[in-house]
Amino acid sequence: MSYEPVLLKHVGCPDSQTLDYYCRHGGYRGLRNALEMSPSEVVEMVKASGLRGRGGAGFPTGLKWSFLPKDHPGPIYMCVNADESEPGTFNNRILMENDPHQVLEGIIISCYATRATTAYIYIRYEYGRCYRVLEKAISECYAAGYLGKNILGKSGFDLDVYLHRGAGAYICGEETGLIESLEGKRAWPRIKPPFPAVEGAFRKPTVVNNIETLACVTHILARGVDWFKSLGVPPDPKNPRDLGSYGPKLYCVSGHVERPGCYELPLGITAKQLIEEYAGGVWKARRAKAVIPGGLSMGFLSASELDTPLDFNGPVKAGCLGLGTAAVIVIDDETSMIDVLYNSCRFFAHESCGQCTPCREGTAWSVKILERIRRGKGTRDDLDILLEIANGIGIIPGTTICGLADGAAWPIKTALTKFREEFEDAVRKGVKSKLGQQSFSVATRSEIL
Amino acid sequence: MQQTSKNAIASPRAMGAEHVAETLQGLERFLAQLAPRYPSKQALVLPALHFVQERLRCVPIAAVEAIALHLGLHPAQVHDTMSFYGFFRTEKDPLGKHRLWVCRSLVCMLRGADAVLQTLCDHLGIAPGETTADGTITLETAECLGACEGAPCILVNDEHRLAVTCEQVATIVEELTRTAG
Repeated sequence: MSYEPVLLKHVGCPDSQTLDYYCRHGGYRGLRNALEMSPSEVVEMVKASGLRGRGGAGFPTGLKWSFLPKDHPGPIYMCVNADESEPGTFNNRILMENDPHQVLEGIIISCYATRATTAYIYIRYEYGRCYRVLEKAISECYAAGYLGKNILGKSGFDLDVYLHRGAGAYICGEETGLIESLEGKRAWPRIKPPFPAVEGAFRKPTVVNNIETLACVTHILARGVDWFKSLGVPPDPKNPRDLGSYGPKLYCVSGHVERPGCYELPLGITAKQLIEEYAGGVWKARRAKAVIPGGLSMGFLSASELDTPLDFNGPVKAGCLGLGTAAVIVIDDETSMIDVLYNSCRFFAHESCGQCTPCREGTAWSVKILERIRRGKGTRDDLDILLEIANGIGIIPGTTICGLADGAAWPIKTALTKFREEFEDAVRKGVKSKLGQQSFSVATRSEIL
Repeated sequence: MQQTSKNAIASPRAMGAEHVAETLQGLERFLAQLAPRYPSKQALVLPALHFVQERLRCVPIAAVEAIALHLGLHPAQVHDTMSFYGFFRTEKDPLGKHRLWVCRSLVCMLRGADAVLQTLCDHLGIAPGETTADGTITLETAECLGACEGAPCILVNDEHRLAVTCEQVATIVEELTRTAG
């Protein structure tokens, strides 16, 4: 497939972080176009583009904006979600490190459209380089009149952008957890409704958008709706609820491939194409055993499901939770799925915020059970208990406030159904898993939760 | 192999009473500077905690009280936020000069993070969470650091190092020791 990258076009070019470079390559054209329109026209344009949020849930961006109350006296806040923490995902880091103005332009356009007057970029602490690159880019914007009062001479369009650093918690990527954290509290997600559009940060209407989503906004305004809709997959005519999967997507490919990296392609490429044509195939001439289509929380595709298109529908049809962040993790056929699932359960148990009992306890039990299985002490009942936990925790069964537990459950469910034999074999034979056998005394001790 | 003890005082100089007082004075100025950015004072809790820990390598109880005082909060509110994030250390357990995080999430695990972590533990003579006796390096395990194209990856303070091998461990440690001065 021949495709000329747009979002990643300038990644790796010297000086790509500077305002001067950005403007010389057509930067801030989208913003100028936006300022010739009314805010509601910009919202309509983004709606018409079919842009869906790139952070994981795939909610239509323009629709999200339109939930803000009309004629609100303000202030309205924009929270930019740069807390990228989903295992396998690093596309936002690449954007911020290499092309901060593309991101800032999207933020400024989106704030104009939503009438937000302050934007907080909530950025995970671990992204120190991104923080410093953005800090510099923001000060360039103030100096050049892209931020501050009466932006680009547009009377009454004022905007301040502030960076706010997190402190290492996956849950801060959940939009209301992010808001709580921004407010200086523990990042416990809120019960919805009210949704942030009605009552968000500091009890005011708030928009929360992902970095890649905002970068897409920049290009929709610069290149138009038709360009955006010429990429990707239109809605399935047989499914009236399908909204389509338009536009470019940053696919992060990692794990057991020859060339891990971030690849920009139109939505809808298959997992197999992505792995073989772009990421150099499975490493060491091995075969894929399992592939995660969109970040750890989406669950697993088996080797026979790699023709799944990576659009907003494909992974769901294959039993996964969704497209998620489109972070593709390849697992080769010499890896134990027990080790993989143990790692997954350990992650979610560590990152559960502890607010809802089913999630806090369920994720902790699941990791104890997997620990037992990987040490060769698992029983047949353990597999049933694992499934019972996985079926009982999350928004889908209705037992938790946020979706973290659904993300913990999906790897368990898909692993136990698609790789059933391996798990049954492990508990029947009572053998240790591959990593369970190794004597990394420190790295694998069980209490490191 | 370096001499270690579990509860090593990271840097006695850093925690001197004078340094604490100086940091808390700086904190007041820092908070006054940042206050106009937020409609609530409580929103300054995380920036304040970062400010203190960057300088003192932990957040001593005196700083928790000072933050609470400046922001019109109860110290328990500040402590509640502080303890939610595993990121902040108390004065009983301060960080060393450098904080070294080893990612142990799935992608790094698939590409050999366990061996890198074990090599670091052996080389430094400490377990994850501990600090070398000379106060140079605190070793930690991390969840996904967002640099999976370079797995296994580590984070040195807040900068990534990609595709780290066991063979590189000695060089990295030496470099950090040299710049700990």
